[in-house]
Amino acid sequence: MEMPVPDPRVLSRKARVVSRLLEVLPADAVIHDERETRAYECDALTAYKCPPMVAVLPASTQEVSDVLKICHAEGVPVVPRGSGTSLAGGALPTADSVILGVARMNDVIETDYDNRLIRVQTGRTNLSVTGAVEEDGFFYAPDPSSQLACAIAGNIAMNSGGAHCLKYGVTTNNLMGVKMVMMDGEVVEIGGGHLDAGGLDLLGLICGSEGQLGVVTEATLRILPKPEGARPVLMGFDDNEVAGACVSDIIKAGVLPVAIEFMDRPCIEATEAFAQAGYPMCEALLIVEVEGSDAEIDHQLGLIKQIARRHNPVELRESTSDEESARIWLGRKSAFGAMGQINDYMCLDGTIPVSSLPMVLRRIGEMSAQYGLKVGNVFHAGDGNMHPLILFDANKPGDLELCEAFGADILRLCVEAGGCLTGEHGVGIEKRDLMDVQYAPADLEAQMAVKDVFDPGWLLNPAKVFPLGVSEGRRRAA
Amino acid sequence: MAREKHTPSSEAEVRELIADADAPLSVQGGGTRGFAGAGEVLSVSGLSGVTLYEPGALTMVARAGTPISEIEGALGQNNQRLAFEPMDHRTLLGVQGDPTIGGVFGANVSGPRRIAVGAARDFLLGVRFVDGSGAVVKNGGRVMKNVTGYDLVKLMAGSFGTLGVMTEVSFKVLPQPETQTTLVLHGLDIGAGVAAMSQALGTPFEVTGAAHDPNGAGDGARTMLRLEGFEGSVGYRCGALRDRLAHGADISVLEGEESETAWRKVRDVEMLAETQGDVWRISCKPSDAPHLIARTGSDQLQLDWGGGLIWMQVPEGHDLRADLGDFDGHATLVRADAKTKTELAVFQPEAAGVARLTAGLRSRFDPRGILNAGLMEPIG
Ligand SMILES: Cc1cc2nc3c(=O)[nH]c(=O)nc-3n(C[C@H](O)[C@H](O)[C@H](O)COP(=O)(O)OP(=O)(O)OC[C@H]3O[C@@H](n4cnc5c(N)ncnc54)[C@H](O)[C@@H]3O)c2cc1C
Repeated sequence: MEMPVPDPRVLSRKARVVSRLLEVLPADAVIHDERETRAYECDALTAYKCPPMVAVLPASTQEVSDVLKICHAEGVPVVPRGSGTSLAGGALPTADSVILGVARMNDVIETDYDNRLIRVQTGRTNLSVTGAVEEDGFFYAPDPSSQLACAIAGNIAMNSGGAHCLKYGVTTNNLMGVKMVMMDGEVVEIGGGHLDAGGLDLLGLICGSEGQLGVVTEATLRILPKPEGARPVLMGFDDNEVAGACVSDIIKAGVLPVAIEFMDRPCIEATEAFAQAGYPMCEALLIVEVEGSDAEIDHQLGLIKQIARRHNPVELRESTSDEESARIWLGRKSAFGAMGQINDYMCLDGTIPVSSLPMVLRRIGEMSAQYGLKVGNVFHAGDGNMHPLILFDANKPGDLELCEAFGADILRLCVEAGGCLTGEHGVGIEKRDLMDVQYAPADLEAQMAVKDVFDPGWLLNPAKVFPLGVSEGRRRAA
Repeated sequence: MAREKHTPSSEAEVRELIADADAPLSVQGGGTRGFAGAGEVLSVSGLSGVTLYEPGALTMVARAGTPISEIEGALGQNNQRLAFEPMDHRTLLGVQGDPTIGGVFGANVSGPRRIAVGAARDFLLGVRFVDGSGAVVKNGGRVMKNVTGYDLVKLMAGSFGTLGVMTEVSFKVLPQPETQTTLVLHGLDIGAGVAAMSQALGTPFEVTGAAHDPNGAGDGARTMLRLEGFEGSVGYRCGALRDRLAHGADISVLEGEESETAWRKVRDVEMLAETQGDVWRISCKPSDAPHLIARTGSDQLQLDWGGGLIWMQVPEGHDLRADLGDFDGHATLVRADAKTKTELAVFQPEAAGVARLTAGLRSRFDPRGILNAGLMEPIG
C-alpha cells in the first residue's frame, strides 16, 4: 500500500511541535518517545503499520482545539483516532502525523428520556452508551460486532452499521448532533436535541467522512425503548439461490425482521468445527430474528416459517428458549473467529442488490478456484451487505498480494452488480485506490470539494479515501 | 408573474441549460411547495418515470420529475409505501400542481411517521445531479448500506435545489402495514399532551405517530397516538399502551380508514389551510415545545413528532423568530408573501461557523450562484 512520503520539513520540527503541545496538554497526554508511539502504529487492518511522529490524548474539547491550532499553525497532518478497530486502515498514521486519540473523553454528558436522547463524549465505547441507559429500558441501536471496543467517534466517522440495522438503520440514522473541532481549532455545533437540519444537512455529510472534515468530540444520539422480546429462527437450504429467493419473499410479504443473516457452506463448516452451534450442513443458512411480545413474535415467525416451507428447507428450527436463541446466534457471532482459526483472513464488506446474490456468490466461487484461495461468505442478507472472508497465509510470500487482488476483484464485481465497495467499514486506505471503479472523476471531484471547504489545507487524515494520484495536487498545494 | 419556463426532457438537456445559463434559474419539480428562487424556471417535470423497482429489495429508482402519485401507485400495487409519509403542501399553500419525487427529497419532506422510521433523507439511497457549473455528479447507489466516500446523498436531501438539480433518485421503500389504530386522548393541555406523547414514545409499543391539536376543531384538545402493523399485534399494543397511559384523560379509538384520514389531516396541516396569516414550521426538542409556544402567544397551532414539530400560524409579516429567541432547533417560514419571505428569510439564520461552511459548500457546488439564488441565503 503506497503512502505519501513524509514531509521532511514537518519531521525536522518534531521537537518544536512536541514542546508546543506540552504547553497545552499534561505531559502524560503527549506521547513522542519512539517506543511508545508504536502503540498507535496501526488499527485493526494490521497488515499496514507506521508509527506516528507524536500521539496526543486530550481530555476536553478545549484541549482538542488547542492541539489542532498548533498543528494547523505548524502544518502537521492530524489523524483522529477512536479505539483503533477500523478494518479499513482509517486510523493508520503517517510518519509525519500527530495521532489525536479521543479515548480519554468518554463521559456521558446528559441522558434525556423524555426526548429519547443521550449526549456523550465521543471516546465512549458503543456498548457503554447502551450500558448507560439499559437499566431504564432503553438502548442505542447501531450494534457493530466490535461494539465492546469501538468508540462512538469511529462509528460516526465510518457511519458504522450492525446486525440489527435492517430495522433500526445505521449510525447516520441515529445521530442527532455533534460538537466538532475544525482543523484550525474553531469549535462548531451541528444539530442537537431537535430533528433534521434547518439549512444544509451538514450532519449527514460529517457522518461517514472518515475523520477528514473535523474532529468530533461530542455526540447527541437517539436512544430507543427496548423491545419486549426477540427470537430467531434458523433455516437451512441446499441451494444459495433458493435461500436468496426466500429472503426476498419474506421481505415482500410485509414482515420486517430486525435481522436476516446468511452464511454459506465454507462458513458453516468452519463455525461448526469451532463453536459447535449445531448448524445443519447445507449450502446456505439463514438466521431471521423478529421482535415484540411473545404473541407478536409467534405470529411473525409463523408467517416466516410458512414462506420458508415453500422453499423446501432442509432445516427449519425456531428457538424455544433463551439458551437456544443464544446457540443460534453463537455460530454467526463466532464466524470471524472460526475462519481466523483456519488461516489469516481478509474481511471484505461490499454491498450488492439482494436480487443479485446468487450471481455474485457463483462468481465468487469461480474466482476462488482461479486464485486458489478459499473464501467463506457471511452476509447481512436483508440489506445486501456482504462479508466475504478470504483465507490466506501471511507467512507465505506473495499470498497477501494475491488475496488483495482477489478482494479487489470481488469488490469490482459488487459494483458491477449495482452495489458498492463498502457497506459499513469505510474506504480508509484499503479501498482508496478502487474508488474510481465506483465513481467517475466528476463524482470524486464533488467529494473533494467538500474537503476543500472543511479543511482547505488537507491536513486532516489526508492520505485516505481518495486515490493518492487523484488527491495529490490538493495535498501538495496545501 | 409570467416567467420563462424551461422543461428539459433529459439529463443532458439539464446540463446544457445550466452550463449555458447567464442568469439565475428557479429550480422546480411540481412547484407545489413554495420553495423557489429567483429567475427563469427550470422545471424537472420533464424527467419522469420509474426506472427500476425491486419490491423484494425494498428499493426504487425514479427520474426526479416523476409525480408522487405515480410512485405511490406503483408501490401500492405491491403493498409498499414511502414510509416517511411525505406531506402534500397543496392544501396548506392553496396551490395546484403535481408534486414530484425530486421535490420531496430536495425539500426533505417528511410526515408524522418521521419520528418512528426517519425522514426523507434517511430513505434516500442515491442521487444523480447536475451542479451549478454543469457537471454531472452521482453519489450513493441503490443499496441500503453504502459508506463509499462522502455522503453527498444526505447533503442533496434538503438542499432545496441550491447545490444542484437532481435528475434521478433511488430510495428505500417499506411494506404497508395490515392495519392501523389511533388512540385519542381528550382534553389535555399542551404540557400534558407533550408529556403523554413522550411517555407513549418511551414504550416498546412502536408508536408511529404522536400529534396534539390544542383546539380539536372546536371539540377540545386531542392528543393522537398511532399504532400500525398486523391486526393482532396492533390490538395487543393498543391495550398495553392504554394501560400505561395513566393520565385520567378520556380516551377514544379511531380504526382503519378513520385513523388514516385523521393522520392525513395532520400530515398536510389541514387545520391551518384556508386561514389568513403566515405559517411557520418549528423543529425543536419535544420537551421545549410548551414554553416555546408560550413565548409566541399563538393558539393557532398543531404539534407533531411528539412535540418536536410545531406548525404555527401568526399575523402576516410577524417575526416569529424574535418571539422564540435562542433555542435548540430552527424555524422555517413556509407560507407568507414574497415580501415577508425576503424580509424575514425563509430559513433560520445559522451560527457563524456553520454559516461559513454552508456558504463555502454553496460556492463550490454553484460557483456562479445561479441555482435557486437567494432562497437559502442569509438576509442582509
Ligand atoms: C472484529 C471486528 C468487528 C467489526 N464489526 C463491525 C460491524 O459489525 N459493523 C461495522 O460497521 N464495523 C465493524 N468493524 C469496524 C470498526 O469497528 C468500525 O469501523 C468502528 O466504527 C471503528 O471505531 P473506532 O473507534 O475503533 O475507530 P478508529 O479505528 O479509531 O477510527 C476509524 C476512523 O474514524 C476516524 N476518527 C476517529 N475518531 C474520530 C473523531 N473524534 N473525529 C473524527 N474522526 C475520527 C479515524 O480517523 C478513522 O478514519 C469491526 C471491526 C472489528 C475489528
